[in-house]
Amino acid sequence: MLNQKNILETIEMIDKQHLDIRTITMGISLRDCAHPDAKRCCEKIYDKICKKAENLVKTGEDIEREFGIPIVNKRISVTPMSMVAESCETEDYVPFAVAMDSAAKSCGVNFIGGFSALVQKGFTIGDRKLIAAIPEALAQTEFVCSSVNIGSTRAGINMDAVAEMGRIIKATAERTKDRQGLGCAKLVVFCNAVEDNPFMAGAFHGVGEGECVINVGVSGPGVVYHALQGVKGAPFDVVAETVKKTAFQVTRMGQLVAREASSRLGVPFGIVDLSLAPTPAIGDSVARILEEMGLEVCGTHGTTAALALLNDAVKKGGVMASGHVGGLSGAFIPVSEDEGMIAAAREGTLTIDKLEAMTCVCSVGLDMIAVPGDTSADTISAIIADEAAVGMVNSKTTAVRIIPVPGAKVGDMMEMGGLLGSAPVMPVHAASSAAFIARGGRIPAPLQSLKN
Amino acid sequence: MRAIVTVTGKDTVGIIGGVCTRLSHYNINILDISQTVLQGYFTMTMVVDASQANVEFGELVKLMGDYGTERHLSIRVQREDIFDAMHKL
Repeated sequence: MLNQKNILETIEMIDKQHLDIRTITMGISLRDCAHPDAKRCCEKIYDKICKKAENLVKTGEDIEREFGIPIVNKRISVTPMSMVAESCETEDYVPFAVAMDSAAKSCGVNFIGGFSALVQKGFTIGDRKLIAAIPEALAQTEFVCSSVNIGSTRAGINMDAVAEMGRIIKATAERTKDRQGLGCAKLVVFCNAVEDNPFMAGAFHGVGEGECVINVGVSGPGVVYHALQGVKGAPFDVVAETVKKTAFQVTRMGQLVAREASSRLGVPFGIVDLSLAPTPAIGDSVARILEEMGLEVCGTHGTTAALALLNDAVKKGGVMASGHVGGLSGAFIPVSEDEGMIAAAREGTLTIDKLEAMTCVCSVGLDMIAVPGDTSADTISAIIADEAAVGMVNSKTTAVRIIPVPGAKVGDMMEMGGLLGSAPVMPVHAASSAAFIARGGRIPAPLQSLKN
Repeated sequence: MRAIVTVTGKDTVGIIGGVCTRLSHYNINILDISQTVLQGYFTMTMVVDASQANVEFGELVKLMGDYGTERHLSIRVQREDIFDAMHKL
């Protein structure tokens, strides 16, 4: 039997600790939209998305109202567009992004992911055309998110793609320089990308997925932070147990919402993504959880260990609460979207090098990091290569979402607003990686035994 | 369908009466009530049966919320499932 304490505890989590469902994401296959005529293909893409996701936003809002739990985002992910567009007789893939954008606007969602290509081993004709179109596509559209997978544990790292993505990120920043390079906030470079990720900007509907699916991303850094405030000074065993219990509760709620959305929309339930996703709001920060464990500022020595514990405990607690767990599942550390990370980066304790170390033990990677506008494409490529190597060797997903803010210098702030937050421009190493990136080719897949 | 009604705010005369009258107006049966007043702050949770309600559940949430605003109270109506999910194995 429920008691008043339980009820009030849940309400306090929602009201004061920012407990929410971060996203309901509908994955839609567009494989049947391929057509030799690009215009016809775009029409089919628009029509199919609008038909499938017609009731997504309304259903999300209904659930939100009836259960009294905020559902922050309703989103759509689609088949990597390079595959859908490949059979079209056209050189220009920007119209496909525009079709996605129009469909997103018609459905009322706030992001659509899947302007993507998977090139971990090599490029097809469609992959090359799609990657070339990314800067213009992100400049012309409002809601489209793009991702490119350039490496995997089984295939190694495609260093030609790494080099190309450095140039594409620079071009995207330049093409959206009137908005401080905002296009780069919607572009993710992955190693070991997952097919059922509900979170943006890296969501796409993988080729192994069904026709249409509902994936849900939960959140709750504020709830974990609050729970840890109750165990000040206790040993790490107690810390881990507390995080597990909290993650269990948060995920049970995510599972309930996922099942409800799936049944109301008549679309199969895919997965719950057990991620701790911060927002720029005070009290909803992953960095503050790490600091609550005893670190003066996030980024100082001990941060990687604290994050490893947090990430593992979130998964252990969440796994039992959900029928199917998937997506990225772990603690996110996007700098611009986390109030505590922003503060730590501004005061200089949190650096890109430390963030890179942190990504060895958590989801997902160097995320939402602003760097000076004069950072070279080679340096960005080298940052991508480092991060991809972490993912490749550790058999985990890693990603880079980096913004070389045009005209900005270290210490400047890039204001994006909303969930994207604001990013302090962080320093990168000045020494050149150009000759390293110029080699091209592929870094071979790593051994999966003799692991030390 | 069972729901939880939570009422919080500064204690005044007639809160319970007012809320119960409203609920009966919408044909909602009250199954259980728990209420405390701590330093003048009123908190009440109710378990109700909304299966025979004469308004849509989403509409009920809004109507009760509006009534709360009128009375300077916070009134929320939520489906019981969310609390079960979080607190029962």
